[in-house]
Amino acid sequence: MSIELRNVSKQFGQVRAVEGVTFTVKEGELVALLGPSGGGKTTVLRMIAGLETPTGGDLFIRGERMNDVSVQKRNIGFVFQGYALFKTMSVRENIAFGLKIKKWRTADIEARVDELLKLFGLDGLGARYPHQLSGGQRQRVAIARALAPKPSVLLLDEPFGAVDAKIRQELREWLVRLHHELNVTTIFVTHDQEEALEVSNRIVIFSRGKLEQIGTPRDVYEKPANEFVARFIGVLNVLELKVQNGQARLAELSFPTHGVPEGNTLRIGFRPYAVQISSQLGEYRYRATLKHIFFLGVLLRLELETPSGLTIRTRIIKEEFNRLGIAEGAEVSFQIREYRVLSREGDSLSAEVPVAQLVSLAEGI
Amino acid sequence: MAFKKPSPLPGFGLSLGYTVFYLSLIVLIPLGALFFRVVTHIGFEDFWKLATSTRAVASYKLTFGASFIAAVINAIFGTLLAWVLTRYTFPGRRLLDALVDFPFALPTAVAGLTLADLFSERGWLGQFLVPMGIKVAYTSLGVIVALTFIGMPFIVRTLQPVLENLEREVEEAAATLGAGRLRTFWSVVLPTLMPALLTGFALSFARAIGEYGSVVFIAGNKHSESEITPLLIFLRLEEYDYTGAMAIAVVMLLFSFVLLIGINLLERWASRFQN
Repeated sequence: MSIELRNVSKQFGQVRAVEGVTFTVKEGELVALLGPSGGGKTTVLRMIAGLETPTGGDLFIRGERMNDVSVQKRNIGFVFQGYALFKTMSVRENIAFGLKIKKWRTADIEARVDELLKLFGLDGLGARYPHQLSGGQRQRVAIARALAPKPSVLLLDEPFGAVDAKIRQELREWLVRLHHELNVTTIFVTHDQEEALEVSNRIVIFSRGKLEQIGTPRDVYEKPANEFVARFIGVLNVLELKVQNGQARLAELSFPTHGVPEGNTLRIGFRPYAVQISSQLGEYRYRATLKHIFFLGVLLRLELETPSGLTIRTRIIKEEFNRLGIAEGAEVSFQIREYRVLSREGDSLSAEVPVAQLVSLAEGI
Repeated sequence: MAFKKPSPLPGFGLSLGYTVFYLSLIVLIPLGALFFRVVTHIGFEDFWKLATSTRAVASYKLTFGASFIAAVINAIFGTLLAWVLTRYTFPGRRLLDALVDFPFALPTAVAGLTLADLFSERGWLGQFLVPMGIKVAYTSLGVIVALTFIGMPFIVRTLQPVLENLEREVEEAAATLGAGRLRTFWSVVLPTLMPALLTGFALSFARAIGEYGSVVFIAGNKHSESEITPLLIFLRLEEYDYTGAMAIAVVMLLFSFVLLIGINLLERWASRFQN
């Protein structure tokens, strides 16, 4: 167990930035701290680094309690969002900085810097100053500088935030490869769920200073612990249904009541891919008009509108869409194959389906 | 023109013409005239004799020496002052910040008078210092005090914007790499400040070399001891010794010119990471 947080909190004045967070990161893992801005994820990262002191709880790195150990002595590598390169120093001097402080021998420093320049594809750029580099190169210098003194943990704060989309993609893949090669325990902060899903072994999801869920990308996507996670990871259609005459209803749609008494509300959510569409009007139970088509590449995003004005968002692969042969304005039929119960109001019966568990239907609704 | 770059704002030719004309009118023509007159009216031997008299040499030493020491003092304590004013918030910070400009606004004669009174034998500070053997008023030490006073705002005001733009993250990055506070300041912060610090130093130094008003009140103006060069020029003029005054003036001109060029080169070296 490389890093462990036990009930860690941080308060800035009256603001509770982090509240009672507990999780562990294993040696060699690549973990994402994910959440909306202001969720407390950067504060957690800074506490692990020692740039902030927890106001409650305990923090362990490799079994040692770190709360009162200064940032200088924690042996961590930190990559800042804005890179924070030393602009008065060349690339070489930047990378060598931590080694000089650790009093490495000059020959060893030279060798280590050469090794890192090569590993990071920065050969020939050693003499340049940071302002002479592109965004992607600066990013790599920042990571090389953090890794130079062989830290036990690498921490990255929004590492891909400041570069453009194409370089971003390259950097993501590169980080995964780098982690594979070096196998250093890595934690990075991001607000981009796609990035977290793609890059990490495990994801820790925060919102408003609290830990919402921790799990593999697949876990958090397929088995979200609550409505927040379900909505934050991927797209979710949320419906608020009213129970009338033994059916939970909203406009044309009706679902089982799941134990919600008459007159109360049931919230359900479903993923766009859970919606099946047919150009045959009689094939599925509900009818809708195809309002908008958004082209996303391999996928298309469709917006359906039922006769009573309810909007349903779906996703469909290009081949499937071509097979349907429909255009904007077309009349279609649809059904919902699986959904999740998000909350039940006034539920007096024992819950037949736990909150947030997936309801799969052979027939569709 | 080959070095003309396309720009959304037109008028490179016009503005360059204006710049050259303005600089000529204000700076180059008067200085050139002085130089020209000395060259044409005084032979080299006469010039050398006038410019290197013991009294003149003593005044150069005092003027440049005291100005240099004052600028160094300002560079150290002005940096500290600027640091405190930009890094911390405390009650009265704005007032303190406004006070920095005081030496700019105050007529230098008032400053000189105040300082002379403060450090005289019966003055608030002088009554303690004089018995201890520290004589400030009417000595070369007084010259340094006056020059420090008038040069202080230059350092503070040139450093403040640079200090405000310093990224905190850079200092944190140094800390995560194991650097303590002193090391972070010395290897990371100070090199970043260096170009601005040198600019402030040059301005403070140049201002001190040219200072007259405040110094003459506190220096006592003793022959070859606490007599600054600008005063000597003034005295020569009062004696209707125009050539003598001009010879000394030209020496000052050359000295100042060489010093400023030197500082400029140093500044360029210190900011090599930006170009």
